[in-house]
Amino acid sequence: MKTIISTSPFLHHQVTTPKIMWEVVYTLIPVLGVSVYYFGMSAILVSAAAVAGCLVAERVFDKEKKAVGDGSALLTGVLLALCLPPGFPLWMAFLGGTIAIGVGKSLWGGLGQNVFNPALLGRAFLQAAFPEAITTWDLPNGHYWGVRGTNLAMPFFKGQPVDAVSTATPLSQLKFSHEVTSTMDLLLGNVSGSLGETCGILLILAGVYLVLRKIINWRIPVSILLTAGVFSGILYAINPQYPSPQFTILAGGMLLGSVYMATDYVTSPLTSRGIWIYGFGIGFLVVMIRVWGGLPEGVMYAILLMNAVTPLINRFTQRRVYGHEK
Amino acid sequence: MSSNLFGSLPTFPHGVHPDEYKELACHRRIERMPFVEVYTLPLSQHLGAPSKPVVKEGQKVRRGELIAEPGGFVSVGLHSPVDGVVHAIDLFDHPNGQVLPAIQIRTDRFSTQQLTIQPGTPPEEMTTPEFIKAVQWSGMVGMGGAAFPAHVKFSIPEGKTCKYLMINGCECEPFLTCDHRVMVEYARDLVDGTRILAHFLKPEKVYIAIESNKPDAISILKEKTAEMDFPMEVIALEVKYPQGAEKMMISAILGTEVPSGKLPLDVGVLVSNVGTAVAMSQYFRQGLPLVERVVTVSGTAVKRPSNLLVPIGTPMRDVVDYCGGITVPSPRILLGGPMMGMVQKNLDVPVVKGTSGILALTEREVRDLDTYSCIRCGRCLDACPLFLNPARMGLLARKGLWEELEENNIMDCFECASCSFVCPSGIPLVQSFRVGKAMIRERKSKK
Repeated sequence: MKTIISTSPFLHHQVTTPKIMWEVVYTLIPVLGVSVYYFGMSAILVSAAAVAGCLVAERVFDKEKKAVGDGSALLTGVLLALCLPPGFPLWMAFLGGTIAIGVGKSLWGGLGQNVFNPALLGRAFLQAAFPEAITTWDLPNGHYWGVRGTNLAMPFFKGQPVDAVSTATPLSQLKFSHEVTSTMDLLLGNVSGSLGETCGILLILAGVYLVLRKIINWRIPVSILLTAGVFSGILYAINPQYPSPQFTILAGGMLLGSVYMATDYVTSPLTSRGIWIYGFGIGFLVVMIRVWGGLPEGVMYAILLMNAVTPLINRFTQRRVYGHEK
Repeated sequence: MSSNLFGSLPTFPHGVHPDEYKELACHRRIERMPFVEVYTLPLSQHLGAPSKPVVKEGQKVRRGELIAEPGGFVSVGLHSPVDGVVHAIDLFDHPNGQVLPAIQIRTDRFSTQQLTIQPGTPPEEMTTPEFIKAVQWSGMVGMGGAAFPAHVKFSIPEGKTCKYLMINGCECEPFLTCDHRVMVEYARDLVDGTRILAHFLKPEKVYIAIESNKPDAISILKEKTAEMDFPMEVIALEVKYPQGAEKMMISAILGTEVPSGKLPLDVGVLVSNVGTAVAMSQYFRQGLPLVERVVTVSGTAVKRPSNLLVPIGTPMRDVVDYCGGITVPSPRILLGGPMMGMVQKNLDVPVVKGTSGILALTEREVRDLDTYSCIRCGRCLDACPLFLNPARMGLLARKGLWEELEENNIMDCFECASCSFVCPSGIPLVQSFRVGKAMIRERKSKK
């Protein structure tokens, strides 16, 4: 008889890191599906390019050649794609993916070591490098099998939009021309915007599912949305020129950011008290940037800024240990 | 913190919910394990000094006869579990992995093994020092697993009082059902043993704490304690691991914490296992010293999971064989529960006073985990019942930063393993804390 030797515990919870990553990826399939419904093939192409960029970087930087299997690079790629416009040149999306993983994660020492959310870091890089391409928005127009204007631009070229029907997102419409998009359109996603920031209902459902499965901490989306809602509600009550709370929550990357980006384990605080501070900070900064900043959107910068203070938050919100005085 | 809001049961914050696997054995009545040919009784079955043999090789002994006396104050007596002959006093394999002195007894095949000893003075007529000495010489240890000499725990130092006596019937480790069966089948002895303890410790109140997954034990003990002339409350606690840890039980029932580095007695609490209370009654009323205990033999690799009344010193192989043997070629054999128990490479070791369970698990349940990087998900922080930061401690332990590890309160950790249980990246957290604690202790002892 052969007995197996090791040390306790001998039971283990069913949840493993790859299972978590994959489950989050699965919840993104319907989100991508809606994106395909509105933007056609382009949605798939942009996602594939971003994912490919992430996987290539993960493989190149990983000495042990096993990190690709944990699903985290794939997840980063999908998340990056979801905050890119549908007509985005594929080579830029690929480059963004390599930066997201290479600079956003591997450079810090790999999974678990980075301070900033890799997908958002990749997005920030693209915003800085290609400000024009990343703010060229297509209208969802049932343009199904065709490839959108600039998708196939050659590397290092911007490409010429084929049909050149670009438009403004609800946020820039409000910011620059004071047009308000209807709540129903925002909920259903029939608006222009990044691949993943269109259909509000789906993102809310995905968030509820992830909370119920205990994959994401409910305090993060709740604290962000509550803060943003209350803060913008106060402003709206003072002056209805400001965006309404429901518009603030539904438009742009607010839902995508609070459900999928801010909840990244690695870059969000570990303690419950810390999470409330973090969520409050994000919600507050988003409204600040959107209302008073030069940009129509602020979710990305708000999350990256709060990522930066997360180590500090962790340090100051450590829970008192059992049996110790404070 | 005890909370009865929304009708929830008292419990402690944090903790985990492993699968219980108790259904394998919890309805099996306690069976008496038949006597076998040879018994091996290590002289160290308790924490503290080893016992000193008072018999010689070749000497005849009766069941329940003293064969070794306490080797100091923190030490207890040892008794023969059978009528037989002292076969050898030599070095034998001990379940803790070491080779240690033990007394081996060959059973008299023709004996009926009837107990011939009589109980001594009734405990109610004893003084406290007499009681403490009687407990020490009866071989009594805490039956929960740590096997700390019971009389040491019951000797309350000058200036301290036992305000609450808590009888621990939580049994929060998966698979184990021996305390459950003891509470159901020896309820009368349990209440009587508790009464004896209360007579000497003079607590204001006695709690018998049981996790709510043992409703039969709760109801029968409520019935038995109702007849008592002493305030005893049977209290149902939430099913959560590690509910049976002293510190967790105290914060569940009283809502107070035991200060770091202190004992429960420093907050006026004394905790004792249900098995210990039963053994007290059996010794003082029937004269039976600690020569047998109830052991759970369970696990998915055991043919017939059982709760057995096993004479101390029975070879584990005989115990497992009595339960139909093991059904898989390479089982994992554990002593105690799967969360804190010790792996056993060898079944040719005896059941000792601290053996609460013998488990045989299949590879399916205890598969080796793939390990991944820490993703800082915080699950270990939400699991740790002491509010430590296992993620950070794990990092420090892997780097060998012992001083920083100590600053992060690693010495408070009682190794309940909740952190390793929940870690989705399969990081051996508690395993590294055991190493860390040992390193820190070693460095201290060198200074």
